[in-house]
Amino acid sequence: MTAAMDKKAVLLFVLVGALFIGTGFLESWNTTLGIFNMALVSAIMALGVNMQWGYAGLFNVGVMGFVALGGLAAVLVGMPPVGDAWAAGGLQVLLGLVLGAATIVLAILIYTKMPPTRARIWAMIAVLVLGFVIFRAVFDSGVALVEAVNPAAEGYLGGLGLPVLLAWPVGGVLAAGAAWVIGKTALGLRSDYLAIATLGVSEIIIAVLKNEDWLTRGVKNVTGIPRPVPYEVELQASAWFTDLSARLGVDPVAFSSVTVKLCYAGLFIIVLLILIWFSEKAWNSPWGRMMRAIRDNEVSAAAMGKDVKSRHLQVFVLGSAVVGMAGAMMATLDSQLVPSSYQPLRFTFLVWVMVIVGGSGNNWGAVLGGFLIWWLWVMVEPIGYDALVFLTSGMAEGNWLRDHLLESAAHTRLLTMGLVLLLVLRFSPRGLIPER
Amino acid sequence: MDVLNAIVVLLNFVIIPATAYGAQLALGALGVTLIYGILRFSNFAHGDTMAFGTAATILVTWGMTGLGMSIAPLPTALLALPFGIMVTMLLVLGFDRVVYRFYRRVKAKPIILVMVSIGVMFTMNALTRFLPGIGVDDIRFADGERFLISVRTFREMTGLEEGLAIRTTQAITVVVAAICVVALFWFLNRTRTGKSMRAYSDNEDLALLSGINPERVVLITWLIVAALATTAGTLYGLDKAFKAFTYFQLLLPIFAAAIVGGLGNPIGAIMGGFLIAFSEVSVTYAFRKVVGYLGPADWQPEGMIQLLSTDYKFAVSFSILLIVLLFRPTGIMKGKSI
Repeated sequence: MTAAMDKKAVLLFVLVGALFIGTGFLESWNTTLGIFNMALVSAIMALGVNMQWGYAGLFNVGVMGFVALGGLAAVLVGMPPVGDAWAAGGLQVLLGLVLGAATIVLAILIYTKMPPTRARIWAMIAVLVLGFVIFRAVFDSGVALVEAVNPAAEGYLGGLGLPVLLAWPVGGVLAAGAAWVIGKTALGLRSDYLAIATLGVSEIIIAVLKNEDWLTRGVKNVTGIPRPVPYEVELQASAWFTDLSARLGVDPVAFSSVTVKLCYAGLFIIVLLILIWFSEKAWNSPWGRMMRAIRDNEVSAAAMGKDVKSRHLQVFVLGSAVVGMAGAMMATLDSQLVPSSYQPLRFTFLVWVMVIVGGSGNNWGAVLGGFLIWWLWVMVEPIGYDALVFLTSGMAEGNWLRDHLLESAAHTRLLTMGLVLLLVLRFSPRGLIPER
Repeated sequence: MDVLNAIVVLLNFVIIPATAYGAQLALGALGVTLIYGILRFSNFAHGDTMAFGTAATILVTWGMTGLGMSIAPLPTALLALPFGIMVTMLLVLGFDRVVYRFYRRVKAKPIILVMVSIGVMFTMNALTRFLPGIGVDDIRFADGERFLISVRTFREMTGLEEGLAIRTTQAITVVVAAICVVALFWFLNRTRTGKSMRAYSDNEDLALLSGINPERVVLITWLIVAALATTAGTLYGLDKAFKAFTYFQLLLPIFAAAIVGGLGNPIGAIMGGFLIAFSEVSVTYAFRKVVGYLGPADWQPEGMIQLLSTDYKFAVSFSILLIVLLFRPTGIMKGKSI
């Protein structure tokens, strides 16, 4: 609100910008842009988590799961369909899924419509058991047929073959759907239940991505997701590009990879700006004030006639959708879906550290946290290693303590993240750019 | 129809492993539920407390075997366990002093404490991995006699087609867990300190009025939790193998067990542990052989008769958790709801 605070925020952004530019001069612009692009994606994730935590005080420990759902969207939208697999058993797999869903819907209908007698329980159990048997019979044989199609390169259904940019909103929708189910069950209960439920659902989403080969090729990974930007080789082969790099006096190969990264950065910046604009509008609207009122005192907000549970559900779904969109953007940037690369430390807790350090309840703070913490995350390991080399330089070569410390440098990230989280929560719980 | 063999298969692959696993989960869930009852937050660092305790025990075990100490046929780790517990107690008390005490004093919201516990979780995880020789790999540290009853002796004894094996570690798990639970309940119900802990858990204000020292209650709780966590972790590690990341993943079944049983309710935690373990093992076990023995002779069912692949074992605890949250949020045994 005050000019002094805005000045501080601008100064912090300039400082973080200087970190990136410094890296550019000291290492290479290619590396810096790589870090910068992922920092943009991280900033969007942090915006989503800030909606849940900063606006409403909801603690989502399953960010990783929503990110992974976004990645799944990139595969389902961007990859070309595998015709043979569809011919072999695609429809059967879909039929199986529909039957499974129908079973659950029927069970819910029985539960809600029938009078609460013993007959209701038996009817539900009968429907669920019978439905499960039919579902497995149809689904399993379909899956076997699909996975048998050229397993070395395909063995899955592929996607829709649509422009991959469409995957970004679709990723948001997938994540929102999962969030709705979780929110519906766990919101309105004690505050830690949401944390535990989201922790669980993220583990399960990762398990599904790792094991359902017909959907994601499992641990065989999907690579080569089409790009929304040109390929390096295309650039190098085109006359205007070689001409341009000759005029600038730079190596065309290195310049092409910088150009591709700049294209991604442009796309991501557009998305980030749109999201910030919406978030700021929402924060300053009557809706935003209502959310803060609910967060700060649920009882009095409920007394004023606000529906706490459905407002919580709303903001939880919205925040998860933003995270899912960021997940789809990340898979697009990497051009691949590697289910085993989704680690809770990297995708859940790191995003949390970003939000807390940046300033929970402040959209600009979350974005700043995204940039700063991602830069630290990439840089801590080499810096930690160098520091250990320096500290142990007095010890003899082959000293066991020295060897052990250098070996453990890989775990410095965990320690740093834990300590940063603890220190910020204790000494500066409002973060670098506090809530206004 | 061959009921005896079917029962043996069932015992060997479902009931015995699930009992051991259930005992380990129950000890873990007891720790979570005690912290919840006394300090009133869900401790996300519990899995990593178990990991640290186990790692400390492993280090002491290695030291002891290096000196040639052993209590064969029992694994040396049992001898090392008290020392591991002591180290973990020191660490946990250190964290309470440096980290948690501040938030108790400012009466922070439970959700802030949950976040703080996540910071502690990271730090502990890193400390565990920094310990010499621990790192990130699988470590097996069970020595001594491997089997109480091996498949061959069982077959020779009974003349049945199917064998039954009881590993020493499984037997030890159940015995040690039973001793821990009995000791814990004796402490909570019979001793003055234990009663003051229960009083504090039931009604903090009344407990403070009657002169119970809250810091002392908290201190004792952390000591008990460190002992339970180290024991649970060591038993799990003896039974399977030690790996820091696996212990982080155990957090979900442990929380599920504590919530299913009713957070803050020790008896519920034990029941929850066994419920989760039995569901997890039986849902992911292929019942092909069992059904084959129960059917007509020379007949085998076509499929594996496995409800879910073992990769989805987390889904089992999660589904149970969701069902309980939907229909009975305070758990089977009544726990705290606020």
